[in-house]
Amino acid sequence: MASARKGPLVYRQSVWTRITHWLWAVCLFFLTLTGLQIFNAHPVLYIGMESGFGFDNAVFGIGTAGEGASRRGVTRILGAEFDTTGLLGLHGDQAQAFPPALTIPSYRSLATGRVIHFFFAWLLVATLALWLAASLWNRHVRDLIPTARDLRALPRDIADHARLRFRHGRGYGALQKLSYAGVLFVLLPLMILTGLTMSPWFNSWMPWTLDLFGGRQTARTIHFAVMVLLAAFFLVHMLMILLAGPLNELRAIVTGWSRIDSEGDAR
Amino acid sequence: MNRRSFLRAGALGAAALGLSACRVLDRDTALRRAMAAANGLTYRAQRALGGGRTLAPEYSRADIRQGMRPNGSTDPDDPAYAALRDGGFAGYRLSVTGLVERPISLSLADLRAMPVRSQITRHDCVEGWSCIAEWTGTPLGRVLDIARPKPAARYVVFHCFDTVERSLSGAVTYYESHDLIDAWHPQTILAWGMNGARLPVANGAPLRLRVERALGYKQAKYIRGIELADSLLPFGGGRGSYWADRGYDWYAGI
Repeated sequence: MASARKGPLVYRQSVWTRITHWLWAVCLFFLTLTGLQIFNAHPVLYIGMESGFGFDNAVFGIGTAGEGASRRGVTRILGAEFDTTGLLGLHGDQAQAFPPALTIPSYRSLATGRVIHFFFAWLLVATLALWLAASLWNRHVRDLIPTARDLRALPRDIADHARLRFRHGRGYGALQKLSYAGVLFVLLPLMILTGLTMSPWFNSWMPWTLDLFGGRQTARTIHFAVMVLLAAFFLVHMLMILLAGPLNELRAIVTGWSRIDSEGDAR
Repeated sequence: MNRRSFLRAGALGAAALGLSACRVLDRDTALRRAMAAANGLTYRAQRALGGGRTLAPEYSRADIRQGMRPNGSTDPDDPAYAALRDGGFAGYRLSVTGLVERPISLSLADLRAMPVRSQITRHDCVEGWSCIAEWTGTPLGRVLDIARPKPAARYVVFHCFDTVERSLSGAVTYYESHDLIDAWHPQTILAWGMNGARLPVANGAPLRLRVERALGYKQAKYIRGIELADSLLPFGGGRGSYWADRGYDWYAGI
């Protein structure tokens, strides 16, 4: 734990890693909350090319059921229905899928939500390109690719995390590498590509992404599901920082310098 | 201040910044214009990458699994429209005016006598839903070939019959506009048929636009007339379409 760490201060995060990290944080904050605003305009997700109005291909939906005083907020997942009054669907007397506290703007405005969403979408893509260029140049990418040794160490790393025992070495642990690489090389590219697949112009330019994802509405559903995974990553990321010693972790991602375990303990 | 409250204060600060930024953003401020510049970037990027000719995916008859969902106005009660509708649109004339060498006026029979194009395409609403239908009509490019836009013309503006809003300053009717690249795109048609039948009133009879690489609100319904223009400022709120005047992106290719 933080108090037991007596190792040296080491320079771990390059300026490129730190700048792009914080740009992503800002981008994902606005993209997620404007994304929920956009979702609220039609809070149903489907599988396939189109939305079923005359047939049923919905896999997820948020809405209301009942009338008057017995009106409830309901969330439907694959046919199962849950009462989510107060959380999703109905807030006081306001019928809206995600609550105002989770959308940007807080009031209903699809137009403004889209303006902000596409601004930060461009910024996210630019940041990812900048990060990739810098990280290929300074070989930071190699820090993220799990090695055979990492994979052998994985069971022990999982067991250590479960016991809230964290090692602070010069490099990332196996779970860290897998989750960061998963976000940067899988989730974010998937987010961008499913987002573009919803664009009617992009469909004319690169029609094969429609086939890759199984139709525009499936792409929209995947876009939403990846958002849920990124939100889960964010929560675990915050939890790990709090458990691992937030001041040292914040110092690392702000200044680049981090205190590690004394070398005898570190791998 | 311990680190937890530091983080919490930071998160609240970021959220407050986000919310107040959006209050500012809802009005026509420099910040909103700066962010909306990303839409201009999208437009230029799509035009640079795709040029004019990339085709929207077309589907098969088996993919038409439901009726076309009507959206926006579905039954205009404007007197001029109601009179035409009651007469089965026999008296309908499409006028093409503005910056053209030869202003024209075409009946539905004239339009149907021109080259016909049918296409089964996906309609994507800005809200997020999609619906596949077959559209049959006259390529807009053929109509423009007859009217011959002047070199100064940059936009095709579609004036519609349907009143969308009635306010103290008068009635606001729907209108929409496109650049000349989309106007001459091979899939851009003035549709008078849908799913093998006459275009229903709910879907924009007698004539509606299909521009297949743009979102639903660009597909003007109940077209009254077409005007070629060198600027969008003289129309409506000056941003080129009913919805663009209300903060939506004019180009809408994404």
